[in-house]
Amino acid sequence: MGKSTIIPFGPQHPVLPEPVHLDLEIMDEKVVRAIPSIGYVHRGLEKLTETKDYNEMFYVIERICGICSFGHGWGYTLAVEGLMNVDVPDRADYLRTALHELSRIHSHLLWLGLLADGLGFESLFMHCWRLREKVLDLFEKMTGGRVIFSICKVGGLRKDITPEMQNDVLKTIKSLRNEVNSLTKVFLDDASVKNRLCGVGKLSKTEAVDLCAVGPVARGSGVNNDIRLTGIGKYLDLGFKPILEEDGDCYARCKVRILELYQSFDLIEQIMLELPQGPVDVPVKGMPPSNDFIARMEQPRGEAFYYVQGNGTKYLQRMRVRTPTNANIPAMVKTLQGCDLTDVSMLILTIDPCISCTER
Amino acid sequence: MKDAMYTIQNFTQIDVSGLLEKVQNLKSEGYRLGQICGTPKGSEMELLYSLDKDLSLLNLRLTVSYDASIPSITGIYWPAFIYENEIHDLFGINFTDSKLDYQGNFFKLSKPTPWKQQAESEKEGA
Repeated sequence: MGKSTIIPFGPQHPVLPEPVHLDLEIMDEKVVRAIPSIGYVHRGLEKLTETKDYNEMFYVIERICGICSFGHGWGYTLAVEGLMNVDVPDRADYLRTALHELSRIHSHLLWLGLLADGLGFESLFMHCWRLREKVLDLFEKMTGGRVIFSICKVGGLRKDITPEMQNDVLKTIKSLRNEVNSLTKVFLDDASVKNRLCGVGKLSKTEAVDLCAVGPVARGSGVNNDIRLTGIGKYLDLGFKPILEEDGDCYARCKVRILELYQSFDLIEQIMLELPQGPVDVPVKGMPPSNDFIARMEQPRGEAFYYVQGNGTKYLQRMRVRTPTNANIPAMVKTLQGCDLTDVSMLILTIDPCISCTER
Repeated sequence: MKDAMYTIQNFTQIDVSGLLEKVQNLKSEGYRLGQICGTPKGSEMELLYSLDKDLSLLNLRLTVSYDASIPSITGIYWPAFIYENEIHDLFGINFTDSKLDYQGNFFKLSKPTPWKQQAESEKEGA
């Protein structure tokens, strides 16, 4: 038995696109304990509720994260709509669902690229991010923005899409599906990838439940937890069912995300073919009342909370976002215990941490 | 408002003295901790514990003073350390008997904390 050593991991590290710090207590090349600390990109966005009214806050919320910006905006509008008792038109709900699934494709392709980069598989990384560009091009056509869209609003959407855009979406999804097929073979069948992922960072179903894990981390351990089943958007009308894997290792978490890509392709195609006609917004009158509402959203990384408390004025008393990475930090800390030092980067990557979201 | 599971909001007011027992009972019933949220309200702080079972939410609300000591629920739900340390670091609320207490070092911020609520007169356009 050797002597324990503390190795600092981050806040700047090649596998971390964002800054988080971990103190890794190492003994004989095994991690004995991992202690996280955060705050390097804390922007105090929730505190801005005190100086921005509930409509202005939407633009702040979208900027929590550049990857799941649409989901954050939608989650916030759902919460304010719940507080103000606003029903959005069916067409807006369908389009919100489609845009959210496009965000999931964009996020998962970005993550797959980062995983490939972490594996040292540079060409695979570039292929993933090349495909992601096609999704960003679609966003630009549909919303005018590639990262921040500002298309969602309390009461529906700011703009509609044209039939030509619908056709563009269908064509792009068809081409993406074909190209993702070839990536899937590498991620799920290549021996060198499997060597790094299979059996690494095991999280059993019981541990995932005890550690309150969410998203692909929980579903990769067989926990049937997906907020899309609660009736947000049009998921239930589209016959949505969560994707589950049982093994709970890095490979299972990767597989969940890859299968979710195909599921998102299916959902978007279904929406574009069944999109009802009609308005995309309703007028919203009055101020948020003195009450509370919690909306939840299944972001690409998992369940996010959007808590709003009104006080009868145009300012909210409180707006709070609990993001999926917040909820997955305990699972990350526990799975790091006992792992090999060489597996730390893979393990952290498969949690898909988003630090900007976590700190807000 | 459409009739969907996500629109059902269960808020229950409880006392600090009943917190641990209530949370323990909910854990035994199979609830998962979703979040703990702190809301500054003048001279008091509102704590909201959100728990989920089968995608249905239950929210326990506590109203406490800033100098109160709140029993930590990390003995029941270990992942609560994330939320308790955040509320301590940002708002200055103390949690006792925490299983993982960062002693104010969880968030490394450049601005001084704890934050207090801004006065109405300081708001833009107010």
